Amino acid sequence: MDRTVRYVGSPVPKKDSMALVTGKPVYTDDIAPADCLVVKVLRSPYAHALIDEIHTETAGKVPGIVSILTWKDVPKKRFTMAGQTYPEPSPYDRLILDRRVRFVGDAVAIVAGETEEAVDKALKLIKVNYQVLTPVLDFRTAKDNEILVHPEDTWQSLCPVGADNRRNLVASGVDSHGDVDAVLAGCDYVIEETYHTKANQQAMMETFRTFTTMDPYGRLVVTASTQVPFHVRRIIAHALDIPKAKVRVIKPRIGGGFGAKQTVVAEVYPAIVTWLTGRPAKIIYSRYESQIASSPRHEMELKVRLGADKNGIIKAIDLYTLSNSGAFGEHGPTTVGLSGHKSIPLYAKAEAFRFAYDVVYTNRMSAGAYRGYGATQGLFAVESAVNELADRLHMDPVKLRELNMVREGDVMPAYYGETAGSCALDRCMARAKEMMDWDKKFPARDMGNGKVRAVGVAMSMQGSAISGVDVGSVTLKLNDDGFYSLMIGAADMGTGCDTTLAQIAADCLCCDLDNIIVHGVDTDVSPYDSGSYASSTAYLTGGAVVKTCDTMIKKIMEKGAEYLGASMEEVDFDGKRVYCLDGSREISLRDIGNQAMCNNGLALEATESNTSPVSPPPFMVGMAEVEVDMETGKTELLDYVAVVDCGTPLNPNIARVQTEGGLSQGIGMAMYEDVTYSAQGRVLEDSFMQYKIPTRQDVGTIRVEFESSYEKTGPFGAKSIGEVVINTPSPAIASAVAHATGVYVRELPITPEKIYKGMVEHS
Amino acid sequence: MEIQLTLNGKAVKDQVGADTLLLDFVRKHGCYSVKRGCETSNCGLCTVLLDGKPVLSCSTLAARADGCSVTTLEGVQEKAEAIGRFLAGEGAEQCGFCSPGLIMNVIAMEQELSEPSEEEIREYLAGNLCRCTGYMGQMRAIGNYLNRKGEEQNG
Ligand code: FES
Ligand code: FES
Repeated sequence: MDRTVRYVGSPVPKKDSMALVTGKPVYTDDIAPADCLVVKVLRSPYAHALIDEIHTETAGKVPGIVSILTWKDVPKKRFTMAGQTYPEPSPYDRLILDRRVRFVGDAVAIVAGETEEAVDKALKLIKVNYQVLTPVLDFRTAKDNEILVHPEDTWQSLCPVGADNRRNLVASGVDSHGDVDAVLAGCDYVIEETYHTKANQQAMMETFRTFTTMDPYGRLVVTASTQVPFHVRRIIAHALDIPKAKVRVIKPRIGGGFGAKQTVVAEVYPAIVTWLTGRPAKIIYSRYESQIASSPRHEMELKVRLGADKNGIIKAIDLYTLSNSGAFGEHGPTTVGLSGHKSIPLYAKAEAFRFAYDVVYTNRMSAGAYRGYGATQGLFAVESAVNELADRLHMDPVKLRELNMVREGDVMPAYYGETAGSCALDRCMARAKEMMDWDKKFPARDMGNGKVRAVGVAMSMQGSAISGVDVGSVTLKLNDDGFYSLMIGAADMGTGCDTTLAQIAADCLCCDLDNIIVHGVDTDVSPYDSGSYASSTAYLTGGAVVKTCDTMIKKIMEKGAEYLGASMEEVDFDGKRVYCLDGSREISLRDIGNQAMCNNGLALEATESNTSPVSPPPFMVGMAEVEVDMETGKTELLDYVAVVDCGTPLNPNIARVQTEGGLSQGIGMAMYEDVTYSAQGRVLEDSFMQYKIPTRQDVGTIRVEFESSYEKTGPFGAKSIGEVVINTPSPAIASAVAHATGVYVRELPITPEKIYKGMVEHS
Repeated sequence: MEIQLTLNGKAVKDQVGADTLLLDFVRKHGCYSVKRGCETSNCGLCTVLLDGKPVLSCSTLAARADGCSVTTLEGVQEKAEAIGRFLAGEGAEQCGFCSPGLIMNVIAMEQELSEPSEEEIREYLAGNLCRCTGYMGQMRAIGNYLNRKGEEQNG
């Protein structure tokens, strides 16, 4: 059968769009049973302490209180809350509640009660005597510090990632190609700078939340706002020390994740309450809790040495990344890898590279996964260094990149030796340049009113799924009247994969999109999928859809041939009917579906899994135009231009909004968002009042276009889009500011104060 | 205390605490479209109309709505569909969690401003945060919706 392309590449509205825009009750809190116990967590006021005594008797007497749990009441087996494929690279360093508390906000007790008022009252009545310890707050002094964040013997690292709790190390390692020191010694120009990226909150509008119930079979049902339902099942089983068979996880509609919900931040608390009491329970994180005890981006300090000859040919890149994992190691060993492996390969032709890193524990809020996952940090450093090199060479940074950028067919030694099989980065650059009218605007224009307008550029890459690890699976069923059910294990968290995957299926099966119903994730029903992270869904689960449809078509033809009394070789399927090639007979899909419900021994059902030995990078170019007030340093983002190569955009509307949204998060990171701590280790930006995410007045104009390559290993030529889009704003805006003022801000965010200070020092 | 109000056209009488928030009150009465995104009056997700005027229900006491008329998205489903269709047409309801509050405020804006410029729209809706979309798609959708409405009215 010939495959049509009717839906792939077309901007169809999402299947659930009308339910969302009319405000239907589809999110976790909307569908939670009314009789759920309210669950809240008592949190530590100290950055580092041991609980000497904890008295809950008075609190327990508050009318309506059902359960108060302390470290004495929870299983003593350590686990990780990181939603990763088992065995997780993240260390097993957690207990649900621990005697040692490791950051301001760490969990001390769990309180469950009939009403919020009762729970709030009980929280205040719990008396804790802490033995306050000295914390490790500065990540630069954490490695080999005599104060250990995790001195316990039960700490465990399952994978060889260079972790050592006796040294406060979550991971460490080095990767290299060629002799970087020798090549750098021979370079005409060497840029050597240190860059500092801060923790950022994903700040998805729906905070962390979960409700739990027991089912008639005595199993724990966890309905969670999560990106990783199958990992949640395993992690809950580990945390509660119960068989995985006892846990079922359901994912409803999700109000945004961006990586935050790739960590099991809140699920364990109601889970243990329900498991111990048998009663339904619910936790809804406040925004405050989501700001102080969650899973923000890893703070990183990156030292770059970048060498080039006098013609601007980049010869070597040496990168050392120090990453702050905070109190626990979730995603610590893996995020750091991307800081090098997804920045250095943009300059794949360089003769040598070295990428070394340490990831350390500190007594701060644990970091986690945030869109871009380390690539964002690495690209700020490497792309900024490339921009500084261009300025040093008095060369247009676009020109410098044209000379050095990775191109289709290039081998990328720093990207596990993978070849860029599909890469339109050169076309992205050319188009962005036109859109920005770069030649006219570069580097800066004095507007004559005390303000200077200037432009900056940056490139970005990411991956598409974790090669050799991630699994995407799909089950397809043919039902009566010939409609299909598509069951996926990947989590649609607003990203639209329920729709894009159905678009792929509709084109594979040559049917109407409405002929395919999609079932969201339920671990009891859906086929296994690692989850929606690492930019995997479109590429990997999309590939699983193609495979599954192929298997399905064979079964339909087999059944159809049987009904027609023909052999498989004599028939074909066109999406609507199975027909004899000689034109003599045919049977409709509808009739096959209906007939198969009687006297049939062949299930019209298919399941396939997909995994990939490669992780084809999407690429993009971003260009920023800013206006800086030369007296105050106040900077306005006027225009942001982005051109993306995500292979085939499966749904241009969804891809565009992903890009615009990712850019605006990147703009927030570049200009506004910061997580800072008091001297005692308390987060200062603990609400949306202090933590400023961009409003619609802050993002200027964002203009997005696509320059598509065709990725042969992807479904219909598709690569990923979700993460690559967040990476360019920080380096592009930093460079634009430098072009306006001469000031290079190397520590995010790029605030007027830092620019002003730099201008004062500069003059 | 007991309050009495009109919720989406229906008379509702209920006991509330002195500190009960309108947000919790309307959700308790089945209006699940109303969302909470913060505790500091910063996100706009909880926007409802109180006697026709947009208010943040997270920082309005239920007691204040006594004797008033409260409208949530549940009460203006036709409008929600009309505006929402444009959002959906752009893919600008990514997770959709912010959409009800946004649409409520667009409805309020329509009543307050005639033919607003893009800048006026940005200003009017500045309090409606969205973390998913970067706002551009929402702005396209709202622009298209207002244009279409203008065309229909003119002819
Ligand atoms: S919930 Fe954020 S403004 Fe009301
Ligand atoms: S669509 Fe998710 S917050 Fe706006």
